[in-house]
Amino acid sequence: MDAVKIIEPGPLTTIQDTGRKGYQRYGMPVAGAMDLFSYRVANLLAGNDDNAAALEFTLQGPKMEFLHNAVIAITGAETIPIIDNKPAPLWQTIFVKKGSVLSFNGIKSGLRGYVAIRGGVEVPNVLESGSTYLRANIGGIEGRKLTSKDIIPMGDSIEGYPGNPQPYILPKDFIPRFNDTEEIRVILGPQEDLFKKESIKTFLNSEYTVTTQSDRMGYRLEGPTIRHKESPDIISDGIPLGGIQVPGHGQPIIMLADRQTTGGYTKIATVISTDLNKIAQLAPGKKIKFKSVTLEEAHDALRIQESIVNSIEKLPEAPSSKKILKLKISGEEFLVTIEPID
Amino acid sequence: MAVKYKAAGDISLLIEFENEISEKVNAKVRNLYLAIEKNCLVGVEEVIPTYRSLLINYNPLEVKGTTLIEKLKDIESRLEEMDIPKQKVVEIPTLYGGEFGPDLQFVADYNKMSAENVIKIHSQGKYLIYMLGFTPGFPYLGGMSERIATPRLNNPRIRITAGSVGIAGTQTGIYPIESPGGWRLIGRTPIKLFNPDRHPYFLLQSGDYLQFTAINETEYNLINEQVDKNQFQVNTTLL
Repeated sequence: MDAVKIIEPGPLTTIQDTGRKGYQRYGMPVAGAMDLFSYRVANLLAGNDDNAAALEFTLQGPKMEFLHNAVIAITGAETIPIIDNKPAPLWQTIFVKKGSVLSFNGIKSGLRGYVAIRGGVEVPNVLESGSTYLRANIGGIEGRKLTSKDIIPMGDSIEGYPGNPQPYILPKDFIPRFNDTEEIRVILGPQEDLFKKESIKTFLNSEYTVTTQSDRMGYRLEGPTIRHKESPDIISDGIPLGGIQVPGHGQPIIMLADRQTTGGYTKIATVISTDLNKIAQLAPGKKIKFKSVTLEEAHDALRIQESIVNSIEKLPEAPSSKKILKLKISGEEFLVTIEPID
Repeated sequence: MAVKYKAAGDISLLIEFENEISEKVNAKVRNLYLAIEKNCLVGVEEVIPTYRSLLINYNPLEVKGTTLIEKLKDIESRLEEMDIPKQKVVEIPTLYGGEFGPDLQFVADYNKMSAENVIKIHSQGKYLIYMLGFTPGFPYLGGMSERIATPRLNNPRIRITAGSVGIAGTQTGIYPIESPGGWRLIGRTPIKLFNPDRHPYFLLQSGDYLQFTAINETEYNLINEQVDKNQFQVNTTLL
């Protein structure tokens, strides 16, 4: 079986897919990739379905050796990947020879990166998902983060790649940029009526800083205090992905992939699904400004994101000398392939 | 009181009943949950029933939020006509006291009764499983007798063995997986509430009832062996 050997894992590298859906009613958290856009694009660029298990790293990419020829893609945080001492591109298909070593020279912006490998990581599914959920020690490799000398088994890689392999490149306009201050769109509620009116304004008009107490479960923020009308507690109910809880201390907590399924703190707002990808890329010290949007605006954003992801599957298999550009002519967008003529 | 439908972001919807913890309100949650499951609505990915509400996760690329709300309201208005299955009582064999329940004597002393009486009162009750949450398979149980209510530990334990049965105030519960916790431990069950190697993965369903039955150490070991071989069947009866 094809495999990848981890030489150095980085501080937190785990196996993730789209998560363990359908078991929240039993108290089982979803887990899954934090930045689902980057994760799905990585898979598609590597020639996988968009839900194959891949590597998610935080802060520093892993150093790893490919024990077989492989087709990979690296997305997410703006990193500097190095393959056999040469810089490698982000957001495009990469062909890697057996024995090659991938390493990373730090992160320029963002926090989390994804390495998808053609064939996908082959880990036993736990409740229909390969996602690592660290708190219950399930999924991925023995339910834990990767360590050095781990051998990661892969599905069929380059041998199974159809035809003459050509790289896919995600058009530059579609590559997300990660900033030090992000505008994060939210839908107020489900319990915004339990907060003081002026505190809703405070929440929407202030900057909140991501604290060091932030992880895959949730991001604790620091900023102007948000006050409740009466009690900060409710009868425990379900916590939606991106739900923003405010306990008695008045500082918001954004509930993310590894969140517990139920909780008893009031939720002032919920981050819209497309903007969760931005949050996943915010390191401690970075800032958030919340903006209230309507359900329609959120769903429009989701449809646009989905059309970008879908466009990848339709990209032509171009020789490496080809460039794919996105052009706008009289307001209409076109994907154009440019190649030198012999 | 009118049922409330609220957006919880762009991929979740919250349906709220009366703002109280009661068997009556929880029964409405259970009935609506079962009816939604039965109707297999397009775009609905997950339904999470809790004390007094349901969180519906949906895919807005498959169904419009407003359309989904209309369909849910329709189901809710026809609940009376629907055939809802009866609730089950699931028996949880429990070895009380000793190293398996190190706080049993404290609970007895605190409530000025014998350890035997604590066991008797604890295993007499039928506890409604209001919801599951907190950790995989953890049941929020209602209906424990005030007579054995005991405050939590001042210093929570760092590691509690899976299967431990505890008391916290007027609540009782079972730790499904090893975790930290501050409940007073009075016993342990060999039954696994969560087991990824078994179908179903989770033993309990919200809306059903749970009853503890006292067992001795020989029985505990016997059941434990059967559980390890995935051969043990819990006793269930209809309410």
